[in-house]
Amino acid sequence: MDLRTDIEQRLKHKPILLMTHLVLGYPSLGVNREVIRAMAENGVDCIELQIPFSEPMADGPVILRANQDALKQGIRVEDCFRFAGEIIREFPGVNFLFMTYYNIIFRYGEEAFLRRAAEIGMRGFIVPDLPPEEGETYLRISRELGTAPIMFFTPTSTPERMRKVAELGDGFIYCVARKGVTGKQTEIDETLADHLARYREATDLPLAVGFGISSRKDVALLEGKADMAVIGTATIRLVDEQGAGAVGPFIASLTRS
Amino acid sequence: MNQTQAKKGYFGNWGGAFIPEVLHQPFFQLNEAYRKIRADESFWQEYVDLMANYSCRPTPLTFAENLSNHFGGARIYIKREDLNHTGAHKANNVMGQGLLVKRMGKKRVIAETGAGQHGVATATMAARFGFDCTIYMGEEDVARQRPNVFWMEKLGATVVPVTDGARTLKDAINEAFRDWVTSMDETHYVFGTVCGPHPFPEMVAWFQSIIGREARDQILARHKALPAAVYACVGGGSNALGIFQGFMDDDVRLVGVEAGGKGTDTDQHASRMTGTRASAGVAQGYRTMFLQDDDGQMLDTHSIAAGLDYVGISPILAEMGESGRVDFAAATDDEVLKALELTMRAEGIIPALESSHAFVQAFKDAPNMGRDEAIIINMSGRGDKDIFTIAHAFDDPSWKKFIIDRADGYRKSSGG
Ligand SMILES: Cc1ncc(COP(=O)(O)O)c(C=O)c1O
Repeated sequence: MDLRTDIEQRLKHKPILLMTHLVLGYPSLGVNREVIRAMAENGVDCIELQIPFSEPMADGPVILRANQDALKQGIRVEDCFRFAGEIIREFPGVNFLFMTYYNIIFRYGEEAFLRRAAEIGMRGFIVPDLPPEEGETYLRISRELGTAPIMFFTPTSTPERMRKVAELGDGFIYCVARKGVTGKQTEIDETLADHLARYREATDLPLAVGFGISSRKDVALLEGKADMAVIGTATIRLVDEQGAGAVGPFIASLTRS
Repeated sequence: MNQTQAKKGYFGNWGGAFIPEVLHQPFFQLNEAYRKIRADESFWQEYVDLMANYSCRPTPLTFAENLSNHFGGARIYIKREDLNHTGAHKANNVMGQGLLVKRMGKKRVIAETGAGQHGVATATMAARFGFDCTIYMGEEDVARQRPNVFWMEKLGATVVPVTDGARTLKDAINEAFRDWVTSMDETHYVFGTVCGPHPFPEMVAWFQSIIGREARDQILARHKALPAAVYACVGGGSNALGIFQGFMDDDVRLVGVEAGGKGTDTDQHASRMTGTRASAGVAQGYRTMFLQDDDGQMLDTHSIAAGLDYVGISPILAEMGESGRVDFAAATDDEVLKALELTMRAEGIIPALESSHAFVQAFKDAPNMGRDEAIIINMSGRGDKDIFTIAHAFDDPSWKKFIIDRADGYRKSSGG
């Protein structure tokens, strides 16, 4: 089953899905494993595994520092592949996606990277600095492999632009709730509802909404307007402040009504 | 330069626009605005008039008679970009983009800066045009370029020290992009060099081409012939491309000089085209040769000159290096100080540490050339404003004593 179909199946049983995010190697692969277990046991549908990059241009301070810290501890791309392979086997109920910047893929060799990721069971890729204009090879190989190249909708996207990128993407659309980098709080207000309505009109692909979601209240407000809530910086902060043990109850609280 | 572009924004294999989707629309608008000023013949004239009125253009081409005699080879000419307002070629790009911002109707400008030169130039332009201005600067550069920070603030800009990553130019660029993705409606990002996503390399090269246009006319008038070679230091590559563009189709050797730091055989330098530590990569919005490891993580760089201390190089220069049109060399920190000292003593001219890199290679080549041949060194900026850095680099004892006495004075008067 491809990622899009899997998401649509899950949506038959849940009002909204959850996607979480973590930076590989931060604070350690050991803690990453505990956090992923807690996420999987509490019903997370998709997990973004971010391969650290020294220049994470689209990330805010929390994820930026997590990238730097992981690199300082010596995490390598090879470690990320090995770890991801093990985790995917251990948690077959979760869809895993690699999130990283294009240089990591480019240096590894675009085709080799995508093939190896598909072989270990990776379902898709989120590459924020690779617009479709620069991603011809990436899009072609993803299509061949049946993995999902995730595209972005943003508050500045025009309707024509959204239709164009949606056609090239697969899996779901990563919807940016507001301008800016990761980690800032978003007011889930009228403007967001307007953006989401515009996004819905432009595609049939499921809509994942990210950037700044951190509570049950945020998630509840998205129900009916989006298909998947993306929790990024909030779990990294939580692990920093309270340790991996706090992740399970936090995730469970997001969908409990 | 357009003929080398197969795909939009590409120069051979290099360039492109690797930007987050949220910047797609702002870049579309920027490309449109840029296309309009290129098509509007009155724009270039407005730019030239502004630079004549505000920034001492055309800058002189100085014949360095004493240096020429000292080396006994080629006749050495120096293109005096140091005489621009704010003391470096950076003003050319910044004033050009200022005119563009006016046409786009935006009210705020942001910029990254390494040495602080581009930051000072941008703050100056913002003051003149009445824009709000925020400058991102790596914490390490803030520490080593304090006088420039002082001037930026006095000119009305907010200077934000960047504490992430290597705390130098590349980190300031990342931070400026983070500002821009939030503020693009009213803000223009004044990119400081011929790097970053399309259209910045091409647009900044166009503004800087004013150097080469002048230099070509000047050398023909003075020397009655083209120069044998033109030398320029290369950080991002804007002063180099600026002067090289005057001699693109001529039989003139173009030489770019990178930061050799403690030596290109060490890990403390910033040479992308010389040495073996750089490889093809994509970062900061464009594809070029980057100093990076096997995984694609950027490496720490070093140069005595903050303006050359950068991991990437212009995609346009990467292509010209690959095709053989531009030769690259590296100058070490030690060689740079020697060339600077000689130039001060022989000509009474004080090149910036960045610019002194170009002098190093010119001085190596000049003695082996004929007396009837001419070379041009592009002096991208002046060094006297870098008094703290240069005095420190020379480890000057009387300067140190002055600083210590001054600090003691401040301590007493603040009661500490
Ligand atoms: C005086 C001077 N020269 C050269 C440079 C390097 O930049 P570029 O290679 O873009 O000319 C700088 C950068 O700050 C500078 O201040």
